[in-house]
Amino acid sequence: MTGATLLFLIIGLGLVAWFFGRLKAAGMQSGGKHSRSALHSLPNYHGWYVALWAILPAAIFLAVWSFASPALITDAALTSPAAAQLPQDAFARAAILSEARAIASGNQVNAFNPLSQSMVEPYRDAIAYYQMIGAVAALLMVFACGVYAWLQIKPDLRARTKIERVTMLVLLLASLIAIVTTVGIFLSLVFETARFFSMVSPIDFLFGTEWNPKAVAGPRGETGFGAIPLFWGTVFIGAIIAMIVAIPLGLMSAIYLTQYAPAKFRSWMKPILEVLAGVPTVVYGYFAALTVAPALRDFAVSIGISNASSESALAAGAVMGIMIIPFVSSMADDSIAAVPSAMRDGSLAMGATQSETIKKVLIPAALPGVVGGVLLAVSRAIGETMIVVMAAGLAANMTANPFSSVTTVTTQIVQLLTGDQEFDSPKTLAAFALGLVLFIVTLLLNLIALRVVKKYREAYE
Amino acid sequence: MHDDQKTLEPNESVHMTDSATTGVNTEGGPPKMTARHVDVFYGDKQAINDVSIDVNMDSVTAFIGPSGCGKSTFLRCMNRMNDTIPIARVTGDITLEGEDIYAPKMDVVQLRARVGMVFQKPNPFPKSIYDNIAYGPRIHGLATGKEELDEIVESSLQRAGLWGEVKDRLQDSGTALSGGQQQRLCIARAIAVDPEVILMDEPCSALDPIATAKIEELIHELRGKYAIVIVTHNMQQAARVSQKTAFFHLGTLVEYGETTDIFTNPREEKTRDYITGRYG
Repeated sequence: MTGATLLFLIIGLGLVAWFFGRLKAAGMQSGGKHSRSALHSLPNYHGWYVALWAILPAAIFLAVWSFASPALITDAALTSPAAAQLPQDAFARAAILSEARAIASGNQVNAFNPLSQSMVEPYRDAIAYYQMIGAVAALLMVFACGVYAWLQIKPDLRARTKIERVTMLVLLLASLIAIVTTVGIFLSLVFETARFFSMVSPIDFLFGTEWNPKAVAGPRGETGFGAIPLFWGTVFIGAIIAMIVAIPLGLMSAIYLTQYAPAKFRSWMKPILEVLAGVPTVVYGYFAALTVAPALRDFAVSIGISNASSESALAAGAVMGIMIIPFVSSMADDSIAAVPSAMRDGSLAMGATQSETIKKVLIPAALPGVVGGVLLAVSRAIGETMIVVMAAGLAANMTANPFSSVTTVTTQIVQLLTGDQEFDSPKTLAAFALGLVLFIVTLLLNLIALRVVKKYREAYE
Repeated sequence: MHDDQKTLEPNESVHMTDSATTGVNTEGGPPKMTARHVDVFYGDKQAINDVSIDVNMDSVTAFIGPSGCGKSTFLRCMNRMNDTIPIARVTGDITLEGEDIYAPKMDVVQLRARVGMVFQKPNPFPKSIYDNIAYGPRIHGLATGKEELDEIVESSLQRAGLWGEVKDRLQDSGTALSGGQQQRLCIARAIAVDPEVILMDEPCSALDPIATAKIEELIHELRGKYAIVIVTHNMQQAARVSQKTAFFHLGTLVEYGETTDIFTNPREEKTRDYITGRYG
């Protein structure tokens, strides 16, 4: 019996359990049609109570079993006579065993190593044996727990309360998964980064100005892992050029939408802007690489900048800025709309014009929210990958010339991890260190931004 | 809906004698502001129905009435704050010193400089106390230099009775003041542009009794310098601060007269019921 069949069987049995639980509870409902039921909970809740008892313990058991059984299977297979021919070397042994297991479970057709072939049969037996044990145990649990729960059904059983609690636990589990995953990612980054720093000094990495990663250190011990040019490129494209484009345009569009636009125009313009935020960044990347970059280069050459690159920082930054506009606009829109209308009325009643009111009262009052939005936008821009991979260059230049090519942290991570790589060379591990820096910086930016926004919200509530 | 036959010239007001159901005054000098047959609509809903009233320079005028009777709506017509509500429509004539304030040539910015407003909830700008007061003079270019601006700020705060409390912390945020101080700051802010009329929309409803008493005292002191119109749902307050009272009910002006008459000897049954607390 395969895992999927077993799972469906258990769920089917759960439905049966639901039916019987409900039936029993319904039978206890005494009195006339409109009299108050003797049951504490509705029959449905009793049905769910029995069904959950039938399904959950068995499901948990199966989950644990699927982790525990591989080791048991291997142990069992090793007791077979064929195992005696296996080499003593742990590495060779593991390779043969994993090959045999793959063939036995049908994931691989032919053995590369003839020794594996002899182990397939013991493996197949062991797998079948332990699968049978697991299935039988699970089904027994379904019956035992289901019957136990069914016997529990009494008029005063607080089935509803218990179901509510299970619901709460399920929701809690769901919310924990995201957090636990994030923590896991962070930890894996930290460990890989620690390995990297055991090969390259953190000082050289964080403050070095030469980025030219090599797998082996050069003659003077230089490794070329100075990440400053990457940090500069990231800031230059994501925090400077993109923001020069996005902040004024986003802010002005928010002001127009909140203050001037007729309600009808606003009601379809705002959703459109928000949809724009969902355009895949690879599309923006094409636009940057194929349209904007060549046009900018030609323009730069025409005004006499001969060394203009076709992978200019300006092209990537400007397109990224356009990508960020809906983001900034939407945040600014929310903060301006959150300024109490009393503030606006107060200013208008003083005889201020609409633009004076916006300039002198609304924007200053909304500023913390706008700043928070901008910080979130920056954190998005510096983590943005696709546009810069397509449109920004690979040359790690330290330059403030927007027509020349710079590279960013995300571009280099992609670069370092593309192709066949050994996972113990500093060149590959550097990607994790860069990722960690990016992770920490964006995390801090988000934290600050959320605090600023929250503080400001409280001021008007 | 505007009915042309109802329209009267503001000058005719002096000759009107039926002052029981219209607020047209029959004595004294020319009124500061007049309203004739004003209707206000929010979309299809009529909020104000044929209201005519005069506001004098030398008296405080109180608008009273149950919630939703249109008194605030009418007040907001007097400096065209209803313009900010897209679905609001005002018909009829409202004049300030004989000028139609809804005429196309009337600049709403200048109108609001002449007819100031104080709101229900204190709404100081999130700026310093000084900048709150200086806001109006700055946008209207009333002061030519820093010293002149300082003078305006000081005299406005003094007239609002707030100078003593804030003179040492003019750079503190206006929002850091107490509710009553904030409201006096808003009155000082309105005074700073030297208006002719001050409209107050339930200025004490968000304040405690002590702060309320201070605002009422302030209204007494400001009387005569500015024409003051105050909307209130506190009848004792209307009796304390005003010389004229207008009673609104369901969007119409039921009765308008001397405050003492309204409270001791109302002409209308409805007014009597409201004053004695039978509804509202």
